[in-house]
Amino acid sequence: MLTCKDFLHELSDYLDESIDTEARAKLEQHIAECPNCWVIADTTRKTIRIYKGMDPYPIPSDVEARLMKALEKKMAAKHR
Amino acid sequence: MNTTTMAVPSQTGIDEGTLVAQAREGDAGAFGELVRRYEGKIFRLAQHVTQNREDAEDVLQETFMKAYEHLDQFHGDSKFYTWIVRIAVNQALMKLRRRKTDKSVSLDETIDTGEDTILREVAAWDEDPEQRFSREELGQILDSAIQSLEPPYRSVFVLRDIEELSTEETAEALDLSVPAVKSRLLRARLQLREKLTRFFKRKGDDAFAYM
Repeated sequence: MLTCKDFLHELSDYLDESIDTEARAKLEQHIAECPNCWVIADTTRKTIRIYKGMDPYPIPSDVEARLMKALEKKMAAKHR
Repeated sequence: MNTTTMAVPSQTGIDEGTLVAQAREGDAGAFGELVRRYEGKIFRLAQHVTQNREDAEDVLQETFMKAYEHLDQFHGDSKFYTWIVRIAVNQALMKLRRRKTDKSVSLDETIDTGEDTILREVAAWDEDPEQRFSREELGQILDSAIQSLEPPYRSVFVLRDIEELSTEETAEALDLSVPAVKSRLLRARLQLREKLTRFFKRKGDDAFAYM
């Protein structure tokens, strides 16, 4: 019988789908019977999904301009 | 031909391998396109790791400068993006270590493995709880939750779950073992889950509704 602690230990691999079918079945049986672990798994999955959906903020134009200028200077020096 | 101009807008459809090969032969336009593809992600990563806008801008510049200088050392056995992420992470960690007054930045400190993570708040969320917030509010909530993580957890989370590197790539970039990446990632995810629960829990639920 899987304990909540065992479940938590495997949670990342479970959410990343990097465990074998047998281990997955055991974890799924545990969350079917343990509402707390179900909530933790569900909210952790949502946490990851929300962060993955975050678009990079557009790079500020002044930052980009300075980057491009620095790089062009470097390239010009190399090809001189 | 002017090889030092980076403004060649017609290269957006070209695959990365071709661009890298062209850049290695001195094609500044090709290198410029590589920069444009990844500058936003590298700047975000640098901001997350350093937590400081000025340092992040330095890291951004240093990363692409180094990439340009050492382009002949990139052999294409990993993705170009993974290669520059590694450079960026090293630069960002150096910035952190230089801030010696901040004792919390050591990446070598003994840390908990995540197994004893305290789960204080266990409350269900709505299906798409982020919809309740504007894009701007959501960005602030997510950023401040990340900022509250200790650097060893933060770096792993940023690389794995924001930049979407594999466990192995993250281990390589941070010079950690795979088990260390896994245990830090679990800990980071659980801490963030807990912090976000404050904002995202289903209305009307309390912490003990499921206990």
